[in-house]
Amino acid sequence: MRPNLEVDLAGLRLRSPVVAAAGCFGTGREHVGLVDASVLGAVVSRSVTLAPRPGSPPPRVAETPSGILWSVGLQNPGAAAFVDEELPRLARAAPVVVSVAGGSLEEYVAVAARVHAAPGVVAIEVALDLPDEELDRPSFCARPDRAAEVAGAVARLAHVPVFAKLPGFLPALAETARACVRAGAHGLSIGGGLPGMAVDPARRRPALGAVTGWVSGPAVRPLAVRATFEVARELPEVPVMAGGGVSNGDEAVELLLAGAWAVQVGTAILVDPAAPATVAEGISAHLAAAGLRSPADLRGRLALPGEEGPG
Amino acid sequence: MRRVRAEILSVRKHGAYHTLTLVAPEIAERARPGQFVGVAPPPGGAALLRRHFFIHAASRRGGWAGTLEFAFDVRGPGTAWLAGARAHGAVDVIGPLGTGFAYPRRLSNCLLVGEGHGVAPLHFLAQELRARGKRVDMLVGAEGIEGVFEPIEGKRLATNISIVTDDGSLGERGRVADLLPEAMERWGTEVVYAAAPAPTLRRVAQVCRERRVPAQVAVEGPMACGIGLCFGCAVPVLRRNGAGYDHLRACVEGPVFNAGRVSWDRWPWPGSAPGGG
Repeated sequence: MRPNLEVDLAGLRLRSPVVAAAGCFGTGREHVGLVDASVLGAVVSRSVTLAPRPGSPPPRVAETPSGILWSVGLQNPGAAAFVDEELPRLARAAPVVVSVAGGSLEEYVAVAARVHAAPGVVAIEVALDLPDEELDRPSFCARPDRAAEVAGAVARLAHVPVFAKLPGFLPALAETARACVRAGAHGLSIGGGLPGMAVDPARRRPALGAVTGWVSGPAVRPLAVRATFEVARELPEVPVMAGGGVSNGDEAVELLLAGAWAVQVGTAILVDPAAPATVAEGISAHLAAAGLRSPADLRGRLALPGEEGPG
Repeated sequence: MRRVRAEILSVRKHGAYHTLTLVAPEIAERARPGQFVGVAPPPGGAALLRRHFFIHAASRRGGWAGTLEFAFDVRGPGTAWLAGARAHGAVDVIGPLGTGFAYPRRLSNCLLVGEGHGVAPLHFLAQELRARGKRVDMLVGAEGIEGVFEPIEGKRLATNISIVTDDGSLGERGRVADLLPEAMERWGTEVVYAAAPAPTLRRVAQVCRERRVPAQVAVEGPMACGIGLCFGCAVPVLRRNGAGYDHLRACVEGPVFNAGRVSWDRWPWPGSAPGGG
């Protein structure tokens, strides 16, 4: 029996639980023939703001132990150009989740209004770990009420499911997740980078032009598993997409067992364009070996100390 | 671009550089000078990202048809692993990547300016220019004699060649950019091509602008995916209308850019090999 990889995120049906993470799929033009998009349940676009943004000064990437340090700084062509030029190409590859970004509540709302009804868009991911220029705070998700205000405003206008994206390192993660859901978010996306910095000692300069950045890749996987576990335990009925350093089936199964409904693959695609296929095949193989029919059967099957194992 | 598991034909050491030859006909057939390849490091090792290397040679005909060569110096765990790779082993390679050098239609006297391993893609370019009936002169630099990339091959390819080293251990003492104005004068240069660390490229761009000689430069800098997905290799490039600049990807729109359009003030840091060590 070949397992069916289709998943149902409380109404959002995806042909596979493997989703390309924000900022790791280009503009839909670059990797013709390298990435097999048919194994992807969806593609999350790069983060889109209302006006074009030039992004961070170079250098933007540096390799660090078990991860990459990066700061792209939201380089994007703006919502209008994204919808006209980039979205149609992405949509030919896979259903599209648009990553909505902004510096103010108004900007998030304006971007969401521009993208939510465009052809090919199946959901919105609200990138909340961004500087809050309006209230002059380091991040929209630094406080649960602000995160909920933004996620809720987007959710109220969107005709598609809205996922609030929260970083796994957030101290009040479960509380913030709950606030976003109460405000109207359909689901949650757990992932994104850890704050990081690297210095070139010989030149006495930061490795990144933006000085500080974000760490992604294998280094963040344990954090992603824990964050997913904690959110899913608090909110078992809420669909969670989770990502962090996943490059194969077993690593995806870790997140599914921790409570994820779908798994995002990011940094691994940058190294191995076939990573989504590897992850999907690995999940299939795991399900087949365990005699399970669907990725959803893994959710809640984590055997905790004092509980019975998965017989 | 193609992704292949390519057999390693040989790994050779010349001076400070290693040259790796691969059997990769799908890539060699399409490769143009200035383009590069991305090589995946072994899984689970200290290197995570692909390492990117300018193509030094791509043979489409003859006994070596279907082979591809690139050169590198050992700078970190990824290049150390490649330096230790054995013949008949296999590597995961994507290529050819990026936009290479454009050939001149009308102008004939080409000067190729390279420093360190930047000379490798210029040898490929020299062959293609000569095949198009162009005259090729070279200005080659390095820190010392060990770092001068394949000078004998350079002498065979170029009509005129000048070699400069920082310590004077081979050729003249100095930097390529110091000798550039005089070389252009002496050889009647009409077009300049350069591949070198950013500070040198910047000076080459300035000299060429002052003399109104068109110049193309191949930039090097940190790069993550190499295939256009991540926008990690941005280069600030001035818009044609002069109003502002855009961050273009070295891996898609580059690595070769018109020297006059690169916003050098916003591209301040000395490059390492694309993708680092």
